[in-house]
Amino acid sequence: MLFKKNNLNKASFGLKLGAILGILFLHVPLFLIILYAFTTEDKSYQFPPPGYTLKWFSIVLSRQDIWNAVSLSLQVAIISTMAAIVLGTLAAAALYKASFFGRDSITLLIILPIALPGIITGISLRSAFGVVGIPFSTWTIIIGHATFCMVVVYNNVVARLRRSSPNLIQASMDLGANNFQTFFYVILPNLGTAILAGGMLAFALSFDEVIVTTFTAGQQTTLPIWMLSELIRPRQRPITNVVAVFIICITFIPILYASYITRNTTDTEGSSK
Amino acid sequence: MISSLDNFSNYLYKNKHILLLIFLLPPLLWLGIIYLGSLVVFLFHSLFYLDGFTGKVVYQISFSTIAELFSSPANIDILIRTVVLALAVSIGAAVIGFPIAFYMAKFTSPKIKIFFYLAIMLPLWSSYLVRVYSWKLILAKEGIINWVLAKLHLTWLLDAILSLPVVGGPSLSISYLGMFLVFTYIWLPFMILPIQASLERVPNSLLNASYDLGATRRQTFYKVVLPLALPGIAAGSIFTFSLTLGDYIIPYIIGTSKFFIGQAVYTHQGTAGNIPLAAAFSLVPIGVMAIYIYFAKKLGAFNAL
Amino acid sequence: MIKALNLRNINKRYNETVALSDINLDIEDGEFFSLLGPSGSGKTTCLKVIGGFEEPDTGDVTLFNEDVTYTPPFKRNVNTVFQDYALFPHMNVEENVSYSLKIKKIPKNEQKSKVDEILSIVKLNGYEKRKPSELSGGQRQRVALARSLINRPKILLLDEPLGALDLKLREQMQFELKNLQRQFQITFIYVTHDQQEALSMSDRIAIFNEGKIEQIDTPNNIYLKPKTAFVADFIGTTSIIPKDFAKKSLKYNYGFSIRPENININSNIAEYDFSINASINDIQFQGSYYKILCQTENINLTALHYLDMKNPLNIKIGDNIQLSWNKMDITNLDD
Repeated sequence: MLFKKNNLNKASFGLKLGAILGILFLHVPLFLIILYAFTTEDKSYQFPPPGYTLKWFSIVLSRQDIWNAVSLSLQVAIISTMAAIVLGTLAAAALYKASFFGRDSITLLIILPIALPGIITGISLRSAFGVVGIPFSTWTIIIGHATFCMVVVYNNVVARLRRSSPNLIQASMDLGANNFQTFFYVILPNLGTAILAGGMLAFALSFDEVIVTTFTAGQQTTLPIWMLSELIRPRQRPITNVVAVFIICITFIPILYASYITRNTTDTEGSSK
Repeated sequence: MISSLDNFSNYLYKNKHILLLIFLLPPLLWLGIIYLGSLVVFLFHSLFYLDGFTGKVVYQISFSTIAELFSSPANIDILIRTVVLALAVSIGAAVIGFPIAFYMAKFTSPKIKIFFYLAIMLPLWSSYLVRVYSWKLILAKEGIINWVLAKLHLTWLLDAILSLPVVGGPSLSISYLGMFLVFTYIWLPFMILPIQASLERVPNSLLNASYDLGATRRQTFYKVVLPLALPGIAAGSIFTFSLTLGDYIIPYIIGTSKFFIGQAVYTHQGTAGNIPLAAAFSLVPIGVMAIYIYFAKKLGAFNAL
Repeated sequence: MIKALNLRNINKRYNETVALSDINLDIEDGEFFSLLGPSGSGKTTCLKVIGGFEEPDTGDVTLFNEDVTYTPPFKRNVNTVFQDYALFPHMNVEENVSYSLKIKKIPKNEQKSKVDEILSIVKLNGYEKRKPSELSGGQRQRVALARSLINRPKILLLDEPLGALDLKLREQMQFELKNLQRQFQITFIYVTHDQQEALSMSDRIAIFNEGKIEQIDTPNNIYLKPKTAFVADFIGTTSIIPKDFAKKSLKYNYGFSIRPENININSNIAEYDFSINASINDIQFQGSYYKILCQTENINLTALHYLDMKNPLNIKIGDNIQLSWNKMDITNLDD
């Protein structure tokens, strides 16, 4: 060989170490939470835990207030996800290719609810509900959640549409299908996994949202709101640990599923949150 | 029935703008009325003011609230503190995130890349609150950091750091240092993904060309890799910066009693009932972000998204 | 006789750019007709107007005496093979091919037999259950063809269908396309920027340039009797002699073009109508012949020398040589 084999296209030791430490930095805290869920200590965050037990899990299972919070959170997440799917998909279909006056402003409007700090969205909605005289209910929470979940679905669907051959729709019409047939036979199935993945992420986002919810929930307690009150004034640390593990599990499932169904693509744009 | 549907389809095909309108109307109405409507009404409050005696909002146009925001030293303190923290967090996230993004984009097999991708996506999408909570466990006096340092006989080092002015405090969980760590941790994935995307677009041949022309690894990194990653860093920092700017929960849970913008908004609209001042405070992150995005756009940040 | 297609005075603009300018075209039933031109010359836009994907600003499109100018694509008895094939990625080969039958609600068993038949014609039996992502480029091409042909359209539009294939496969597919056209006896309208493809397959060719048609003719005439300097230059290798030079040095009153194979090197001047001195700029080996690039004043001329053991090439770069040709081999150019 003419050239000495070089390792320039291999990562240097420093870079590798930096990458691995970075990944550890992202994940060690989550592992710690799981570890703490089994601790026998209930007055402090002592490390390492003095002993391990499963009793906190059974205590949590018997807590009606936590079950109520979980059920409210699920209800909110499911309905807002469905609303976000419909609205986000429609917006994506309208905006991905068309160019018309004001298009960029509309795109900005869709992104705005996640681009602006949640507290501003939350207070705005709260004062609007106050002005119009809408009492706080599950629906006020849902309105807030659907607003910022829309963009997640929108991003996924737009990414899929941009990558699809622009000729697919023409090909379908060429073969005799009208607008509606094209929509149901070609567009929808093609977008299926993108919509599903977007919906999954919207669900995860809604399920653990706390900032906007604080302002739109009134006296209702979603699971994150229950958690927030424990963070501010820790009264039942072991219970909080177990609930945290529960939240991790229930959000990991849709996220992993979303990555799985879009594994052959790069739809799930993280930068969309 | 079929034929009327067919005719309608014909009609839509020829009048694509009507089809567009049908698609666009529901999301536009939702965002335009519910979201934008409330947002504008709320922000408009910054032009009203609070009557000091009655404690009621006076609905008359006046710049007194905005003037109050920028004249009170306490408020200026809050603004500066928040912007400096947001900048520090952006830099911290870029420094920690870059090696991950670089390694992931240029030196991994497809399988490892998927692993990295998931390792970044999971924290990104998983619960914000739970992740903040995990740091409460970590930073606690009896928590893992103090335990590790004690085992390494380095407790004196932490004490020395905590006794520093400004960044220090009585303990890690009540200090700017702790707050910085938590913010960096929470927003880190938002920095990694855009950098990774921008590096992914740099062909390996470009690096090889640089080596071929006599540059060392280090020179190649500073002259080729880093400039090409800059749009990604700019894009990532838009997220880290804006998210830090508006957050009120982390400073509330981990941090000192000194306020940040988010907390100021929260307190003024809540217990103080001073919606005009809350609205005025809200204008700051919006304005700062607009300026920030303007400059990031010049760096090509939006092409990296 | 009814024409398969008439285009009358078609004009189409995109904002400021003129895509099609006063296009007139008649295509016979059963013809293999190519639209040839460089990219951006308007040939693809023209195809889209025929397929119904674009409406012309002015003019009429008539298919078999029926005005379809404003008929949407799903109402036209015309099918298109797209450049990127546009196979539905979520459907397998069978579902792709039977798509139009499903739309027409043709009974399942009839669909099945039609799919079997068309797949055997394009030699894709056994691939029914594969997804497009599991096929090679050539196979995808055949699926796209089968999908468009299953309806037996009266006209098949092909938009650079071989552009994505490598050379060997492209040559094979040219042959198969031509066979398919003979077998189905339908009109093919074929868009390409590859002159070799157009010359070898077509019955007639329309040469597009900047939104206009420069010439409509048989491949033979396009090559041998180009009407404009653009056509002469675009098709094959040619030397263009401008009018003023022809007048001054050759005592000939028109600008003209001449093909390299008609230029003779150092032959008996008396046998030819025209003759000129030129110097050799470069000699390029091309396999079965040498390409000899010559220059006189500011005019470039290309001549050929075929490999011949008895008559080896004994010229070199920088030599002055005599180039001569006959009047019958030149094509006068319109100004």
